[in-house]
Amino acid sequence: MRQDHLITATQLSRDDIEAVLDRAREVAADPAAYANRHAGTVLALCFFEPSTRTRMSFDAAAKRLGIDTIDMGDVDSSSVSKGESLADTVRVIEGYADALVLRHPSEGAATLAAEFVDVPVINAGDGAGQHPSQTLLDLHTIRENHGLDDLTVGIMGDLKYGRTVHSLAAALTNFDVRQHFISPESLRLPRSVRFDLHETGAQVREHEELETVLDELDVLYVTRIQKERFPDENEYHRVAGEYRIDAETLAAADDDLTVMHPLPRVDEIAPDVDDTDHARYFEQAHNGIPVRMALLDTLLGGDEPGDEATTMGADHE
Amino acid sequence: MSEHELRVSKIRNGTVIDHVEGGQALNVLAILGIDGSEGLGVSIGMNVPSDRLGRKDVVKVEDRELSQSEVDVLSLIAPEATINIIREFEVVEKNRVTRPETVVGVLSCPNRNCITNADEPVETRFDVIDSGVRCDYCSAVLRSDIAAHIDV
Ligand SMILES: [Zn+2]
Repeated sequence: MRQDHLITATQLSRDDIEAVLDRAREVAADPAAYANRHAGTVLALCFFEPSTRTRMSFDAAAKRLGIDTIDMGDVDSSSVSKGESLADTVRVIEGYADALVLRHPSEGAATLAAEFVDVPVINAGDGAGQHPSQTLLDLHTIRENHGLDDLTVGIMGDLKYGRTVHSLAAALTNFDVRQHFISPESLRLPRSVRFDLHETGAQVREHEELETVLDELDVLYVTRIQKERFPDENEYHRVAGEYRIDAETLAAADDDLTVMHPLPRVDEIAPDVDDTDHARYFEQAHNGIPVRMALLDTLLGGDEPGDEATTMGADHE
Repeated sequence: MSEHELRVSKIRNGTVIDHVEGGQALNVLAILGIDGSEGLGVSIGMNVPSDRLGRKDVVKVEDRELSQSEVDVLSLIAPEATINIIREFEVVEKNRVTRPETVVGVLSCPNRNCITNADEPVETRFDVIDSGVRCDYCSAVLRSDIAAHIDV
């Protein structure tokens, strides 16, 4: 990867993505070759908002590389709640760790953090902004099932606030992929994401109903529509209900359709889909381990397995 | 020298910002960070009849020659502005404003949830794009409502 950080998916070229995914494939094929590869390295998991899934995934990936992890404990009891700026917090933590994983409720937090530290920063979600490591594991899942070219991908649900959607849409523009966005009018892609897609000349279409495109899709990426996005609970139930799928919905789909979801799901994918050949969301979640191992290995300066891994020093003023 | 140029060059030394879109004169001063506390002589003409703009504002700042990089950010709210540098009542230099590539520390991000709105020790930074400006931190795009987000 050309960058020292992973902040947004828009920064990733096709080569960057393929390099990480190739390595993820190697990791998945022979995890033992990567064990203890980064022994003596410390990764700081800086989660300014609750997340069990992403945090555990990074933690597990790190440990499988021999990396020790540290975290901030409960955000409510940390110095964050005492009003310390993010810029100060990351400059302190930089002295403890060789890389930072950052989850923060404000958009742009990872960009800011990367300006203040010399160690690699991985954005693990910044508000409604980006979540690029999720995108890498999403792409790995798509690649292992379909390859990444001449594909038709549908992305459905909360496209406005869904950071996994924003990152995935941006990354897919590197490949020969037709993108369909399916959402209620009020949760369409935000202007900033639309702008980037437009700039790349990506083939993008927007729909309010899944039925209009379902039979064309190779991949259907479903996201959760959250109650708090609606002022009125009845409105939420009415709208969310239209973007739920079950086994019956998928009867109209191609046999090879892959259904994905960043998880956790609530009821947007009915349990009866789990038993179909379409369901890939648990595989997708598991892919977080080899992909995040490959990502950490890349950012921490891994070469070929067996070589002595070099880590970036945490020099600190 | 035309009568018009005589009128705008009435200050002895300094900068005259002419052909500012009517109503934007105070925003021009805000962007330039001039509020009178510097002790500079500042005069403003508002809604002056103009052939080119219908009505225009004119801003005159005495004893200060504004650099091109200082005034280029004005292009966001006053794209037609002309910058006249005055020495001894004469216009010695006359320039248009050109769009800068980035705007630092002048605008606040329209996205309330942007990290730059959270009391962090950073200046805002926007890329100038065809349709407006774009936050370097959160990617929010600000189009027509730029004047409402001047923060200096
Ligand atoms: Zn912003």
